[in-house]
Amino acid sequence: MEKEKQTEEVGLPMLGGKAPDFEAVTTQGTLRLEDFKGMWIVLFSHPADFTPVCTTEFIAFAEIYKELKKRNVELLGLSVDSVSSHIAWVRNIEEKMGAKIPFPIIADLNKEVAKKFGMIHPEQSKTETVRCVFVIDPESKIRAMIYYPLTTGRNMKEILRLIDALQTTDKHKVATPANWSPGDPVVVPPPATVENAEERLKQGYECKDWYLCKKRL
Amino acid sequence: MEMPCVSSDGKPTSTGMRILRLLKSRALSPIELAAKSCQSLPRVRSGLRELKDAGFVEETEGKYKLSERGAALLK
Repeated sequence: MEKEKQTEEVGLPMLGGKAPDFEAVTTQGTLRLEDFKGMWIVLFSHPADFTPVCTTEFIAFAEIYKELKKRNVELLGLSVDSVSSHIAWVRNIEEKMGAKIPFPIIADLNKEVAKKFGMIHPEQSKTETVRCVFVIDPESKIRAMIYYPLTTGRNMKEILRLIDALQTTDKHKVATPANWSPGDPVVVPPPATVENAEERLKQGYECKDWYLCKKRL
Repeated sequence: MEMPCVSSDGKPTSTGMRILRLLKSRALSPIELAAKSCQSLPRVRSGLRELKDAGFVEETEGKYKLSERGAALLK
């Protein structure tokens, strides 16, 4: 019985699949997934308002907000707290820490959105959402997911790097190697035939071997 | 709960009035309204939905214009 309950609460969405539809009350009004059509979304959950790690994360998310906007990305926060709690918390962050929170925060009191996105992991907390990040593309497909435990704040540089990598992949039909940053060489897709593999070696790519070739954009 | 563009008494809020004023001279798409109002596109789309449900704006082929009720408010 307990196991069945856990399965129901976790139910993870899949990479490449359509993001679960939602309509949610936020600090900026009622928002639906469809309101973000044509834009990338970074949907992230935090365990609770007025908690220390979450506060550092919110300040850090606010700091990358402009960089995200340049990339056509909207930020959308979520926790199971109420709108009133969210409002009080963002006011407190602004007053005490000087950071204005410019993005909406979902008040998911009934955990409806959290359950759809598998944000509640009972082994971590039965009542709070863990630190999830969902990158959703302009076609509403889930392109990346990051899950951090309650104790560990997320890395904003990695979130920006991930967005850059996904957008570079879409634009240039390439992959990105380990520790890639914008400006670094990208990985050319592997050849599909023996002939392509041989041709590839003559095309001026930086090749370690026929299956590992990089190029500069 | 009060909505950002339409208050609990059914009248446009200041945010809602700002959108209605932008629609006074011509119909605009949500993208055009977001650019003119310096608000995010999702927020504009949500606000337009509220204003439409309350009967202050009408939508035709992706553009929004004032309804008779919305125009009357700005007179």
